[in-house]
Amino acid sequence: MEHRKKKSGPKIQTNTAAGPESDPDTNIWSFVTSRSTTSWFLCISLFAVLIRLAVALHPYSGAHTPPMFGDYEAQRHWMEITVNLPVKEWYRNSTANDLGYWGLDYPPLTAYQSYFHGILLKFFDPASVSLFTSRGYESYIGKLLMRWTVLMSDLMIFFPAVLYFITAYSSGKTTGDRSTMAWHTLMILLNPCIILIDHGHFQYNCISLGLTVAAVAAILSDRDLVGSLLFCLALNHKQMSAYYAPAFFGYLLGKSLRRKNPILEVLKLGLVVLGTFALVWWPYLHSMDASLEVLSRLAPFERGIYEDYVANFWCATSVVVKWKRLFSTQLLKLLSLTATVSAFLPSMIQLILSPTKRGFLQGLLNCSFSFYLFSFQVHEKSILLPLLPASFLALEEPYIFRWLIYNALLSMFPLLRRDGLVLPYAALYGLFILLYHAPGVRKDARKPDFYSSVLQSSAFACSVFLHIIYLTITPPDKYPFLFEALIMIFCFSQFVLSSIYLNTKQWALSKSSTQVDARKKSL
Amino acid sequence: MKTPPNTRHQIGGEIWWPALVAAVVKLLLIPAYRSTDFEVHRNWLAITHSLPLSRWYSDTTSQWTLDYPPFFAYFEKFLSFFASRVDPTMTHLHHGLNYASERTILFQRLSVTLSDSVLVYSAYRLTRNRNFSSFERFLIWALVIWSPGLFIVDHLHFQYNGFLLGMLLLSISFLEEGKDLVGGFFFAVLLCFKHLFAVAAPVYFVYLFRHYCRGGLFKGFGRLVLMGSVVLVVFAAAYGPFLYYGQIQEVFRRMFPFGRGLCHAYWAPNFWVFYIVMDKFLSFLLVKLGVNIQAPKASFTGGLVGDSSPFAVLPTITPLITFITVLLAISPCLVKAWRNPQPRMVAKWVSYAYTCGFLFGWHVHEKASLHFVITLAPTALKSMEDAKHYFFLSVVSCYSLFPLLFEAQEYPIKVVLLLLHAILMFFGFSSRFPARTATTTGATMKGRDNTSENPAFYIGWFGKSYLFGLLFVEIWGLFLHHMVLGDRLPFLPLMMISIYCALGMIYSWIWQLRHIILTH
Repeated sequence: MEHRKKKSGPKIQTNTAAGPESDPDTNIWSFVTSRSTTSWFLCISLFAVLIRLAVALHPYSGAHTPPMFGDYEAQRHWMEITVNLPVKEWYRNSTANDLGYWGLDYPPLTAYQSYFHGILLKFFDPASVSLFTSRGYESYIGKLLMRWTVLMSDLMIFFPAVLYFITAYSSGKTTGDRSTMAWHTLMILLNPCIILIDHGHFQYNCISLGLTVAAVAAILSDRDLVGSLLFCLALNHKQMSAYYAPAFFGYLLGKSLRRKNPILEVLKLGLVVLGTFALVWWPYLHSMDASLEVLSRLAPFERGIYEDYVANFWCATSVVVKWKRLFSTQLLKLLSLTATVSAFLPSMIQLILSPTKRGFLQGLLNCSFSFYLFSFQVHEKSILLPLLPASFLALEEPYIFRWLIYNALLSMFPLLRRDGLVLPYAALYGLFILLYHAPGVRKDARKPDFYSSVLQSSAFACSVFLHIIYLTITPPDKYPFLFEALIMIFCFSQFVLSSIYLNTKQWALSKSSTQVDARKKSL
Repeated sequence: MKTPPNTRHQIGGEIWWPALVAAVVKLLLIPAYRSTDFEVHRNWLAITHSLPLSRWYSDTTSQWTLDYPPFFAYFEKFLSFFASRVDPTMTHLHHGLNYASERTILFQRLSVTLSDSVLVYSAYRLTRNRNFSSFERFLIWALVIWSPGLFIVDHLHFQYNGFLLGMLLLSISFLEEGKDLVGGFFFAVLLCFKHLFAVAAPVYFVYLFRHYCRGGLFKGFGRLVLMGSVVLVVFAAAYGPFLYYGQIQEVFRRMFPFGRGLCHAYWAPNFWVFYIVMDKFLSFLLVKLGVNIQAPKASFTGGLVGDSSPFAVLPTITPLITFITVLLAISPCLVKAWRNPQPRMVAKWVSYAYTCGFLFGWHVHEKASLHFVITLAPTALKSMEDAKHYFFLSVVSCYSLFPLLFEAQEYPIKVVLLLLHAILMFFGFSSRFPARTATTTGATMKGRDNTSENPAFYIGWFGKSYLFGLLFVEIWGLFLHHMVLGDRLPFLPLMMISIYCALGMIYSWIWQLRHIILTH
């Protein structure tokens, strides 16, 4: 699987930026990467757009499956509701707004986004968002417009955010070579899981994830207030962004404490957070009831501690312990809360104690992982949240990153198969492997030692085997979800191992950085 | 200076990367729009699977009768062997009509993708021996394997051009190595797959006659006989069985349907577009002047109906006229090939022949521009002028294919394909032909004698303004036409694309002609 990373050939000189990487013969990509950042970013973006457009040709979740359809219908229904009803009615059950049928269950920013996209749809295809009559609306042009709204959001939020992140991330590095930067961009922009869920399955994760990327980039470039504002927006688009909250909180708190005037710093941050929230929630702040109404929609505890076959702790252990039967929802809430907090606490404490930028990125990964593994009501798609910071770390932890992508893909395989997305799944899986091993890209990371590479290969073989049996063998009647369970348990074990490894890495960082601190006495 | 050890194994290993990336995109495009050509090829699967060979070319169950030469029919027969196992209805002559189950689509699309491996191999073969740097090699692979035109025609519209062009490149790569017999063999095989490629046959004939059949009267004649018998064997393998069954007339009737008109439904951007427009303009003018002009009864696309001409003023064009024009246009290149048959010019001569066929041929399809765009790709890095011309030509050719995909869903795909191609090409060419100011002396010169002589890659004001015009034509067709003219003149946007691209094609033809005449 390992390709050669370097090539030899006759030397020729190029006019463009100096440096070893601009020689086309040691690196065939230099004709792109030796140009300005905007140029190569444009190139990669175009490719990313092409892949997204091609994935969008495939079916979406719940296509032609009445009465409930799927996420596509949910998003369309929100557009229908927001376009036709006044703001105050959006989260309220009424004759016009039956919350039992895909009621809005995301924070107000999602509602505004639906409103905006709804207006667009109303302009081009009014039938697709007309109140009541548009339920289950499916048409060629409707699908296309909906797909384009996702692509538009991606282009307007996720792509610029990634550009911002890449420049912020590499500005601190002196040895960063351009083609490595470009490769990193490729890894973030062409994350197969995000593309499959947003442009295949149909969701708008690119918005909340994009806002998070921008927030991280702002914090990496020391614009903490902008960062918190952006993160609050992400939180207000999808409440799942809270998976990152402990890391943001820990890092910003730790950093503020090291300033001259810690209380003022914390106050400033708090003000920004409150201000952003107030702005987004403005239409619902006039009364307590109205805000509670919205809040209650955001925490669907009645849906149980886990859904389907998500590769987290509760679902994996439910094979042995029947959580749902043994404990009340109330108790389970408490249990999952305790488990989640104790899982992210080490990472958060590390960040408060030693807030470094690198630690922040690792903390984001660890905290989001602990939420994915232990929190209440986690969906398969939530694996996107830990994957995003994992892609931030693609240069530092390339093997872990690749490993997480493989397992995340496998963990979503049953879901994507239900959506009829096996073909794009396979294609994007292959594309990821190809891009990861792109010729001419030097990844300055240590090769894994013999044992871990044997471990990885055997796990990979296992993963391939699971794919094949899931696709070809009909499970026994007694256990219709046998293979889903197997996949889930396998992925869970891999996630737990990665999570433990990553936590120790983050703490090891703390040790080394304190040593450096002791030596330099400054940061 | 010699190329450092770039072993064949290494290069072969690397070409998999661009090829597989292309394959992934092709896989993703499977559910996209497909034209009636999809049903055409499905029907051919059915014909070759369910009928005996003697009836392949006389069957009329579907309107999409078999009209490619026999090797292509054998190829379909080979595919149908698997197709019937994937989905038996697909290869059923009657039940299969307009059949497009998921498995059928998957099978047919995959067959195109897999057959593209010939193209990949030919691209590898073309670049493996010559003195290319790894960067140049990669760029040529990108131009051939990632050609947006091929994606549009083969993997969206649906056809099998990839492997046919691969075979052409394969033949050229053998000729460039001096292995004339093998090169001639592959060209003969190609002709038995798709006879449209025969436009380059005069070039091949003259070149092989002068380059291969030389070395004295006796040796030359021996070689002529050898080459002739190779070609004969190929043609016998293709047409022999049909000759045996007495079907040869049916085969030729299908292969040369002169009942079709001068132009295809969408006018391919060639010379005849101007002829037609001139005719329209003259008749309009004469009517204004009070001259009584009969409106033509026949259409340009419909073929010759009796004696009536589709032209109102200008003399009508017959297939014979187009044939002679094409030959005349190719002749300078034939003279060159006769006088000095050099292997390094073969790709350019063959491309030039296809350009002439495209510009002056009968019932030309816009897809035929691929024949010379892909063939020219390996020569695009020879000099800055070549690169400049290729950049221009491939953008025009790809844009002229846009009308093939007229549905909204594929609109952004074709635009992104073209943009990505143009940007990669621009970056690649300007990196290969850098500005002279930064070209430092000393270490620079080694290995590349023309680096210092070549000026920097630029598009120039002429090219730039033409390309901006392309943008205007597109925007006109998208929005402005509807806003300005409403529902009037609905044919105008397509006509504008035809005329505008034809201008570009004529420019490319003149450039190639000039280049061929001036090169010694």
